[in-house]
Amino acid sequence: MVTKRIIPCLDIKDGRVVKGVNFNGLNDVSDPVELAEKYERDGADELVFYDITASAEGRRLLTDVLSRVASKIFIPLTVGGAISTIGDFENALSNGADKVSVNSGAIRNPSIIYEASNRFGSQCVVLSVDVKRVDGEYHIFSLGGRYDTGMTAMEWISRGVELGAGEIVVNSIDTDGMKGGFDLPLLAAVSSEVNVPVIASGGAGSVFDFITLFKAVPRVDAGLAASIFHYGEVRIPDLKRDLSAAGVNVRL
Amino acid sequence: MSGMTAIINYDAGNLFSLVKSFETIGEVATVTLDPDVIRNADCIVLPGVGAFGAAVRRLTESGLCDVIKEEARGGKRLLGICLGMQLLFEGSSEFGNYEGLGLLKGKIAPISEIIPKDYKIPHIGWNALRVIRGDSQIISPDLDGKLVYFVHSFSARDCGDAVVATTEYGAEITAAVEQGNIFGCQFHPEKSGEVGLEILRAFSTEG
Repeated sequence: MVTKRIIPCLDIKDGRVVKGVNFNGLNDVSDPVELAEKYERDGADELVFYDITASAEGRRLLTDVLSRVASKIFIPLTVGGAISTIGDFENALSNGADKVSVNSGAIRNPSIIYEASNRFGSQCVVLSVDVKRVDGEYHIFSLGGRYDTGMTAMEWISRGVELGAGEIVVNSIDTDGMKGGFDLPLLAAVSSEVNVPVIASGGAGSVFDFITLFKAVPRVDAGLAASIFHYGEVRIPDLKRDLSAAGVNVRL
Repeated sequence: MSGMTAIINYDAGNLFSLVKSFETIGEVATVTLDPDVIRNADCIVLPGVGAFGAAVRRLTESGLCDVIKEEARGGKRLLGICLGMQLLFEGSSEFGNYEGLGLLKGKIAPISEIIPKDYKIPHIGWNALRVIRGDSQIISPDLDGKLVYFVHSFSARDCGDAVVATTEYGAEITAAVEQGNIFGCQFHPEKSGEVGLEILRAFSTEG
């Protein structure tokens, strides 16, 4: 049986790893290549590199980070952040990325999902969504969580899958940075709706939160987090050992 | 060290990691479309992600189908990875019917035909190898139970005793095949950490 995946996310600015708390207040944490190697040794199943600068120089530095990481680490790598053209996909894929994650770029131009999945295959097109509750409904936000698109999460995610997205990263703005656990109701709603892998993001604060995630929403395939791994609050070897002890199938 | 490995380049996804994984195990790998480079290579790797039909078309247009078939039939070691493995078979029912290289007996068909409805497609993630043939040159019996990284929606069927390893995903899915000098991995050894490097090392050094 396929194992549940643990995915550290490295937010990259100027070639360094940072992490936002509720998308604000960034701190420089570490060197991305060193951190990636540490996570691979620790048993991370996959790594995500997220460009938060969205400038030409930031992109060049991220590409450089990516190719240095991909020269040493042989696990799946995903690149995201300000992806809006087929050229962005090409650039990431030719420098060692296996998957490319689109968010606001796909909201502006949904056909990028279709074009990229046609050209490179669905398996490398990840649709990442930022979701926040508005008047009791799940709304899709764009531009790093700043702008309410008015679309409901289910509407947009279903459309993304129809267009060819092969995986969905569901980031809850409501729980992100709060370290109080993943957004289980949202994740349950999304994962019952789609038949592609779902990656949970936003809110993990402890090992217990991951155990709860996979127990409460068994259709979720992976848990993604950043700061708790970067700051050593949760160690991946301990996390995997405890997940396994709790009966969750993981790669040890 | 086996000399040069030719990695067939036909717009088939992340070849960067494949080249780097061969370099990591001390092999020289060249990404190429040049028939002469392929003929002079010691081993051939046929990578691939995406659609079967488009891949066959690109290979045929570049004239490489015949070169790969000739070299493989002449005894050169050939490793197909993911879609590249699927291309080694007789054909696929993906969006119509397509003919493959026909180097191995069997066909490619959607996993949706054999797995339960509530299983997700694509089959993405780390899954365990079940070694079913102890005499494989690249999948040693020690790898039984080891996890490797899969990303696919189609699988090889009716391939007889060429199957050396399977994986469980609601059904027994062909994970690795082997017949003489011809090898195939449905998973990505270049994305399967140390286990994957061990398989590439065995492919490069045996024979």
